Amino acid sequence: MSSSLAARRRPGSLTRSNLSGWGFAAPFLVFFLVFLVWPLLYGVYMSFTGKSLTGANDSLIGFANYAEALADAGMWRSLGNTLYFTVISTVPLVLVALVMAALLNVGLPAQWLWRLSYFAPYLLASTVVSLFFTWMYNPQLGLINDSLAKVGIPKVAWLNDPNVAMWAIVIATLWWTVGFNFLLYLAAMQNIPHQHYEAASLDGAGAWRQFFSITLPQLTPTTVMIVLLQILASLKIFDQVYQMTAGGPGGSTRPVVQYIFETGFTGYRLGYSAAISYIFFGLIVLVSVMQFAITRRRSA
Amino acid sequence: MAIQTLDRPESSTSASQELRQPRKKMTAGKIAAVVVAGLIAVLWLIPFAWATATAFKTETDAAAPKISWLPPSGFTPEAFVKVFQDGNIPLWTWNSLYTSAAITAITLVISALVAYALSRIDFKGKKVLMTVIIASIIIPPPVLIIPLFYQMLALHMIDTSWAIILPQVIHPAMVFVLKKFFDQIPRELEEAAVMDGASRMRIFTQIILPLSRPILAAVAIFVFIGAWNNFLWPFIATNDGALLTLPVGLQTIKSAYGIQYAQNMASALLAALPLILVFLFFQRQIIKGVATTGLAGT
Repeated sequence: MSSSLAARRRPGSLTRSNLSGWGFAAPFLVFFLVFLVWPLLYGVYMSFTGKSLTGANDSLIGFANYAEALADAGMWRSLGNTLYFTVISTVPLVLVALVMAALLNVGLPAQWLWRLSYFAPYLLASTVVSLFFTWMYNPQLGLINDSLAKVGIPKVAWLNDPNVAMWAIVIATLWWTVGFNFLLYLAAMQNIPHQHYEAASLDGAGAWRQFFSITLPQLTPTTVMIVLLQILASLKIFDQVYQMTAGGPGGSTRPVVQYIFETGFTGYRLGYSAAISYIFFGLIVLVSVMQFAITRRRSA
Repeated sequence: MAIQTLDRPESSTSASQELRQPRKKMTAGKIAAVVVAGLIAVLWLIPFAWATATAFKTETDAAAPKISWLPPSGFTPEAFVKVFQDGNIPLWTWNSLYTSAAITAITLVISALVAYALSRIDFKGKKVLMTVIIASIIIPPPVLIIPLFYQMLALHMIDTSWAIILPQVIHPAMVFVLKKFFDQIPRELEEAAVMDGASRMRIFTQIILPLSRPILAAVAIFVFIGAWNNFLWPFIATNDGALLTLPVGLQTIKSAYGIQYAQNMASALLAALPLILVFLFFQRQIIKGVATTGLAGT
């Protein structure tokens, strides 16, 4: 229908363009519709049903799942844990990356060696990272407590103390993923025009002064972007928590993605689990909208 | 592309040449930078070193109450031999390799095709399509696990490699990255081909794709690393031991070996090795890939 309309306007050409345009888009669209759009919509439907893994109850139950979720202390706790992790992980993940990049930007020899050491952990699977850190956090045999003992700090039950466990996960996550932000910062720093620094050094500005009055301001867009990407990434935390503490001790590290997983696959309540998924999605949308608003205002 | 400065090894030195000119003052600063950077590098390498030291110990030494970098019974490859005899690591590595390669290949093909259409062809509904694809960047994969699992059950794909592969080939952000790159290719390059009556497909495969190698490599690397390390979805999609990917397989090993620390570390190191080797060979491309595709998020 639309193509015949187009044909009248511009004989031949747009019709053919329509065909080839949708033709080129088709393979992607098929996957997009089947494995993204459909599950997304079907998930919404599921969230309004009592569907379970054991015996399907497909009947619509309205907002019952959502109402239950909003009154579910377990969900709120897991959301709280997720937000807590996001808040305490984002600061070091951005700051340490900035420090790493600033150090290398001074022009150290053997650049590849530094880059490799800072970035290599990012290439590891979460399972490998979790195995490394579970071993290092081991209260009796672990390297960390042993090193702390040498400077007189008493043993810490890293993964078994509810007050410490989330921080232990932040440390492992920092080690694992900071390299990504570091590379983004390094790339951005190396794009700052030399002339700025030339002018500044002619005016007698030292290295610190140059960093704070040139590098840092020039990096503002990058910093905004890294902070927001990091917040979105941290909100999705699951792997390392599931593997290192399984959400414990006493649910103190269980993030919302794990709660979704558990209500769905160990609690067999798919409909309820879907409802929690969409509450979580709402949170992500909220953050993304804020991101959009901020970047808009910046470029305006 | 602006990020290309990164792969010139001397680039950062030249960037800071001005900084170095007042020699005396900067040398002290530089030494301080080396010291701090070195401290961080040591901290960042310790987990690897400690895992390696443990992997080469006997189980008795690894579990000794007094921890040591140099074990009393000396170093031994015993743990690695046991892990290899057990046979799971090679199988899981193979599973990860072919699923990740399939994901990368399918992603590249379908994303480049749609990106080309969005960049170069005027068709009805293009704006809507573009908006929908960009909007979908925001969907977090964990939100989809429940309906996707149900869908896979319905399609009888649970416990097949397809369940791992198919849902991982949609990368809206990468479509956007490719489209932006295609947009920069001058249209004049195509015009001669159009005059000769070349088809769209011919222009795409013989002009656009060859000019886009750097961005295709960047996207491929980004997608491959993501697929190789993905845990949550393959963990849900497969229970069949013969299909487990490396990250999922490793997760099962902890309980299987109980407290066999040396074997745990040997397995972890063997699992880490392939991507570290890939990184050593393709360092520049990987760094550029992360910088390009990561920064394109803006």
